[in-house]
Amino acid sequence: MTDMYRAEKGTWVEIHSKVLSAGERAPQVPQDTQGIPLVMRTKGFLLQAANIGDEVEIETCAGRHLTGTLVVINPAYTHTFGPPIDELTTIGREVKAILKERGTNQ
Amino acid sequence: MNHGLESYEATMAQKDEIVKASVGLNYAQYRTGVLAFDYEKLLEDTGYDVTTAAAIQRQTAVGNTPLVELKNITALVRTTAASGKGARIFVKDEAANPSGSFKDRRASLSVHEAAKRGYAGVAAATSGNYGAAVASQAAKAGLRCIIVQEAFDSQNIAQPEIAEKTRACEAYGAEVIRLSVGPELFYVYLHVLKDTGYFNASLYTPYSIIGIETLGFELAQQVKLHTGQFPDAVITTHAGGGNVTGTARGLIKAGATESQMIAASVDLSGLHMASDHDFNRKSFTTGHTGFSMPFTTWPDRADVPRNAARALRYMDRFVTVTQGEVFYVTQVLAELEGLQRGPAGNTSLAAAFAIAREMDRDKIVVVQETEYTGAGKHPLAQLNLAKKLGIRISRGNPKDNQPGKRIVIPQHPSQLSVIDIDLDTVRRSYIRHALEHVPQGESLSAIDLQFLAEETRTNQAYVEETIDELHRKAG
Repeated sequence: MTDMYRAEKGTWVEIHSKVLSAGERAPQVPQDTQGIPLVMRTKGFLLQAANIGDEVEIETCAGRHLTGTLVVINPAYTHTFGPPIDELTTIGREVKAILKERGTNQ
Repeated sequence: MNHGLESYEATMAQKDEIVKASVGLNYAQYRTGVLAFDYEKLLEDTGYDVTTAAAIQRQTAVGNTPLVELKNITALVRTTAASGKGARIFVKDEAANPSGSFKDRRASLSVHEAAKRGYAGVAAATSGNYGAAVASQAAKAGLRCIIVQEAFDSQNIAQPEIAEKTRACEAYGAEVIRLSVGPELFYVYLHVLKDTGYFNASLYTPYSIIGIETLGFELAQQVKLHTGQFPDAVITTHAGGGNVTGTARGLIKAGATESQMIAASVDLSGLHMASDHDFNRKSFTTGHTGFSMPFTTWPDRADVPRNAARALRYMDRFVTVTQGEVFYVTQVLAELEGLQRGPAGNTSLAAAFAIAREMDRDKIVVVQETEYTGAGKHPLAQLNLAKKLGIRISRGNPKDNQPGKRIVIPQHPSQLSVIDIDLDTVRRSYIRHALEHVPQGESLSAIDLQFLAEETRTNQAYVEETIDELHRKAG
């Protein structure tokens, strides 16, 4: 096992825990949601050295101590824009052309 | 692992006492009938008004946002309008607030109140801009902050716009609890409130609504200063009702009593708000009918006993636009006006485009908010996710847009339109919900009928007639 699965005390990590099992869900939720658990992910500073998959305790930014399964070490922000979308890229040209044509006509 | 929370039923049974301690308001004292309560007194007793709210907001650079005339968009509208038509469109650039949206106004009084009363921290259940606003205000006030979000589906795919809100909240030093899909978020939230004793910075307290009054008030004054008149119409992106309620109240307080208040939502009909499957197929996180329909027809479904956001009292018109129209207008705003904003906040801009087209050229339409744009919080992020989930993206007639199945980006600005929701149907639906909430063995008094008339902006005869009709149908 390499170091990438091990985190020292004080490392910024993400934990995972199950809040409600499938079958314990609130009565008003639709069938697809009934069939899956409600899970929670929270980040904080690890209170003891641990490996991915271990049950650990963290201290959150609000100072609370929470327990859960260690799932990510130094979790990345991966949300992005992605590639340009063809259906949007020409809109600017189109509306500028409309304005230009009208400007010439008026 | 299960993290040892009390059971769902046991926690929900303590709801009232947990909420009462967390907002420090005794809602029961405002009750005047079986359904009726003294709405104005609930707001008045906070001790804040539009002037004191503005003074508090100034301390953290909230408010006083620019009013921008969208001259190029107005010109584009006029190319699609009949002769003499095409009202001037202005936008209140609320993205200029510290955390990038008008939600700073809503958060400011709550955080101020929490600090004043000695709470150690504030909490909010929100997946939207409001979380960043509360976290930002809490950072400035030196309070701790916890934000609870519905953030990802069972495939662990995060809604990109919410992922950006997670990042923003964490950047302001808040603890963020991210949950999978489901309304039991409220159960987790109650635990947080009970565990911490923090102030519940709910979107629906009087503080939150009074905080928005400054927006309507400023807007009216700015338009008057700039054009010599109050706006003819103000268009508000509508979800939980706070934006419509607070803005309308602020307009009225500034004297702009004749301005038409138009609520606009993105049409998400056919998608279920608590469905894990539908969660990432909405392509919008707020400003949509999934919130605005239930909250308009029954506001007291919020995380406080009586919701201070009561949109039906204030709206003159309620319209929907399609997902594709909002994405289209977001691109137009960037390329013609040099403003990268939204997308969710541009719902009202899409509506303004269609509504201004039908109004005379000398009329004034104001879009009352913008919001910041960023990674995840952008049409590209939403459309790339939509594509990945098999939603068809095409150019075409917006009428062919089908939430969750196909997003149709208009081919031409003349295709932008609004669909009016029949307010009479909405009012009847509200009254039907109200009747469902009358406890067994109790009956409505004259005070209740008057309350329902105020709630629906009608009169007692209308309310009585509707109740009779509903009873006839049921009987």
